[in-house]
Amino acid sequence: MKGAKKLSGTANDRLSNRNRVKESDRLLGRFYIEKENGVVGMDRQKQMELLRLLEEDSRQDAEQLGKMLAEPKEEIEKAIAALEDEKIIVKYPALINWERMDDHPYVNAMIDVKVTPKRDVGFDEVAERICRFPEVKAVYLMSGASYDLSVVLEGKTMREVASFVSQKLATLDSVISTATHFILKRYKHDGIELEDRDEDRRMVVTP
Amino acid sequence: MSTQVSVKSRLSSTVASLKPSGIRRFFDLAASMEGVISLGVGEPDFVTPWRMREASISSLERGYTAYTSNAGMLELRVEIAKYLEERFSVSYHPDKEILVTVGASEAIDIALRAILDPGDEVLVVEPCYVSYEPVIRLAGGVPVFLKTKMENQFKLTPEELEKHITARTKAIIFCYPNNPTGSTMSAEEWQALLPILQKNDLLVISDEIYGELTYGRMHDSIAALPGMKERTILISGFSKAFAMTGWRLGYVCAEPELLAGMLKIHQYTMLCAPTMAQMAALEALRHGRSDMERMVESYRQRRNYVVDGFRHIGLDCHEPEGAFYAFPSIAPTGLSAADFAEKLLMEEKVAVVPGDVFGESGHGHIRCSYATSMEQLKKALDRMEHFVSRLS
Repeated sequence: MKGAKKLSGTANDRLSNRNRVKESDRLLGRFYIEKENGVVGMDRQKQMELLRLLEEDSRQDAEQLGKMLAEPKEEIEKAIAALEDEKIIVKYPALINWERMDDHPYVNAMIDVKVTPKRDVGFDEVAERICRFPEVKAVYLMSGASYDLSVVLEGKTMREVASFVSQKLATLDSVISTATHFILKRYKHDGIELEDRDEDRRMVVTP
Repeated sequence: MSTQVSVKSRLSSTVASLKPSGIRRFFDLAASMEGVISLGVGEPDFVTPWRMREASISSLERGYTAYTSNAGMLELRVEIAKYLEERFSVSYHPDKEILVTVGASEAIDIALRAILDPGDEVLVVEPCYVSYEPVIRLAGGVPVFLKTKMENQFKLTPEELEKHITARTKAIIFCYPNNPTGSTMSAEEWQALLPILQKNDLLVISDEIYGELTYGRMHDSIAALPGMKERTILISGFSKAFAMTGWRLGYVCAEPELLAGMLKIHQYTMLCAPTMAQMAALEALRHGRSDMERMVESYRQRRNYVVDGFRHIGLDCHEPEGAFYAFPSIAPTGLSAADFAEKLLMEEKVAVVPGDVFGESGHGHIRCSYATSMEQLKKALDRMEHFVSRLS
């Protein structure tokens, strides 16, 4: 709930240059993008639905999405453009199971990184610094662990990952310690199981 | 020793005279072909959400393998009562008014058997699920069919209801949201029927198995209307809302006298519904709401897509407000529903069910289930477009 409120607030702030948002509707958890000629744009609920559809399959085109959501194609295109502007939709990558590509050897590791936070910037400065390395696939600030940042790394070999940790990561000023865990196999990623999904076992025709 | 006894003569005359389901022949044909896209499936395309499967597995691990009480686990009946109150504003006592059955199918059977004497007439609103007529006949009743029409969105009208009531009419059975049409009935539309139902003292068997699958509106149960709970037998289950068809778990709710009658039949013929399925159902009601909502959202999107698709092809289709079926008219093609379905299957490998399988009102229509992936729906619509354009 808190997150949703914050999101709509942010969206409103950024939209305010181009569009006016009805305060009462925003407070009700829905907002309409209003233009001089009346209400256009999608309500919040439909935007969320659109996002869920794109998250499931970002290759669905605006025409199909429009039919599914009972909105004109143009409205979908507008909504997507707005969501991209807002950086709510960040990118449209494909989920690839690289393990099936034999000639693409790689290793992934999760590194527990303990750091000293800095006055005023806390963990952000060192986290953003770590993010800049292209080898780094993900960085999370963690609660409740004996470390602060969880860093996901990708390298061609274990040696490459190890040397990145010892030469680049561990040597950063704020970093106190690291612990490296190599990932042996990915079963599920971003909510999607990579193998053995439930099959359709229904009969062809049933009443 | 060698006396020849024909198989037919060993069967009761009632069973011998039952027609085999019209879907059967079609099923055999479709099942023998490769690469068929089926819009003929009357069940969710989702596998039962993991939380229900896991709850059932865990119950087996903990040794819940014995019978439950005849009416079903009390815990489950309490949850069903809470659920019905919260979702559809109908209140039933978990101990005296709710019975857990082996699917809604069993509930339909015992409801009819509990109330019918030989020769009693039962009004059947069609098109409808294929079991109503045979089950009425097996219970010694006489089905009397009430027709619905596309121009009324396949809703039951007071005129049609009144026309068929006789001194022998005991009950009426219907299913809204409807299989095969996807039609729904609103509280106002029910209201218009109440005086007739009350004046003629009819029992109502309301099959609400698709009650959760409505789009853009909530399902209105006829049992929620004033004075209707006493004369309504409400039937529902877990198959459609929670994608649990294979678990065979349903329930029936009615006032205590009627329920006690049904319980008698259930305890002698079924004893109780499977315990592991009851465990999964308990989990569905306690924690399965978000899974269900996710599925309903997906059905709604696909409904929008296919209805638009049929209209684009030139097949007139009313907007189904519930279930997961579209019921387009194929009248402009000049083919009968059976011919249309058979040709479509042979020429384009798309399986749909001829509408008249569900009763005479289904003539000139086909039932298309959109409980299938978007990818399949898209292909099916493309193939149907080819097919229809060749006909015209």
